[in-house]
Parts: sequence; structure tokens; C-alpha cells
Amino acid sequence: MSSGQSSAPALAPVHGENEQPQVTYTEFHPRWYRPQISTYWWLGKWPYVKFILRELTSVAVAWTVAVMLMQIFALTHSGAFYDGFEALMALPVMILVNFIAFAFLVFHSVTWFNLAPKAMAVRVGGKRVHGILISGPQYLAWIAVSAIVLFILATRT
Amino acid sequence: MVNKETEPIFWSLFSAGGVVAGLFLPIELLIFGIAIPLEWMHQPSYPALLALVHSPITRIYLFVLCSLPLFHFAHRFRYTLYDGLQIKHLNEVVFACCYGIAILGTVTAGYLLLTM
Repeated sequence: MSSGQSSAPALAPVHGENEQPQVTYTEFHPRWYRPQISTYWWLGKWPYVKFILRELTSVAVAWTVAVMLMQIFALTHSGAFYDGFEALMALPVMILVNFIAFAFLVFHSVTWFNLAPKAMAVRVGGKRVHGILISGPQYLAWIAVSAIVLFILATRT
Repeated sequence: MVNKETEPIFWSLFSAGGVVAGLFLPIELLIFGIAIPLEWMHQPSYPALLALVHSPITRIYLFVLCSLPLFHFAHRFRYTLYDGLQIKHLNEVVFACCYGIAILGTVTAGYLLLTM
């Protein structure tokens, strides 16, 4: 055993008790440096938590589409099916899940619109356009779209 | 399946889906998942909704709303699993599941909206 190998477990990846590294280390190929990163690495700092929460908004997106597909299925099937869909949506647990999903959807919208100025560096006359001029119209479009959808559905009798 | 040539396609679908999801999904879920069940607004009658959904514009709208956000989900969730859970060795399985859901949802939406 070389002196290099005796200290190997300190830096080498965690192995089982009986599992020894099969590699013979030399001076010029000392050891792999592969630190183990915890699965919960993102819990340490708020920006990391925010990043993972932002990424998880995709689950709320998929959930909302699933609800819409159920609704379209019920709607195009029969009135009785649609009554069933309404009864399902009225369950307290569904309202709770939808509240949480809605919060995630809004988080997606806000982070998405705020990201656009960082992704698009628009320059006018050599000067970079302020971020608010890029994300602002998207917020306006969001409000307009929401108002139109709400108006259409609120005026159906 | 994902390489230098195909990545822009997946990324474009992710991006387009992100815009559609950001603009349209919150109000849809707010109305049908929260406001109507809690009786904050009155429930449109079944015939009125059926008439609405039979219009070609509504059908295109609903198809886009079901399809693109699912491709947004597929891309983003795939990378969440890579980064969050560090399961790069399950690359192919995760890819197939995520885009499988997106394609299944798109086909279902297309079928329902075309055959109603």
C-alpha cells in the first residue's frame, strides 16, 4: 500500500464497508475528487429554494392542464358528466389543491415575465432598454387576457 | 434524442409553453378551480359552455392551452429531476416519461376537441 492510498477514504467518494476502490493511485493520477452533494442541497439558501420552487411550478402547469382535459372530456360527454366534474371541483381537498396550484401558477407568471428582460437584451440607440419596458407589456397582456377570459365566462348564462 | 440539433426544438416548445402558461392558465384555474366552486361567480350553464366550446376559435384556444404548456412542463420537470434529485443515470426514462405525458395530453386534447 502506498502512503497515498492510506488516506484515500478521506477524500474519495463514500463506499460501503467491504467495497474497496479497485484503482491503483499514482502520484500523477492521485484520486478522483467527486464530492457527494446532498439531494437536499437547495434547502440551505433562500435563492436555491426559490429556484427549486420556480422549477416546480411546472407541476402546477401540468395539473392545470389535467383539470382542463377532465373538464373538456366531461363537457363534450354529457350534462351528467359535467355535473360530476363540478361536484369534483367543489370537494374541499380539490379547492385546497387548486389554491396551491394557483399560487404556483402566479409564481411562474411573475418569474417568467421578469426573466424576459434578462433573456432579451434589447438595445435602442446603443443603450440597453430598461427591463420594465420588456416585462411591463407582458404584465399588461396578462391583465388583458385575464380580463377577456373572465368577461367571456362571466357573461355566459 | 436530445442533442445539439434537437435541443433548440425542445427549448422553443418550453419557451412557447411558458408564455402560454404564464398568460392563460392562472385565470382558467382561478375561475374553474376556485371561484366557481366557492360560488364567487355563478356557474355558466351546461348548454352555454357547450356552445362556447363548439366554436372553432375556442377549440383552437383550448388545444393550444392543453398542448404547449405540457411541453413546457416536460422540459422544466426533466431538468428539475436532474438538478434536484441528481438522477442523471435515469436520463432516458425521465425523458420518455415527461415527453410521453406531453404527447399523450396533446393527442387526448386533439381527439376530444375534434370528435365532440
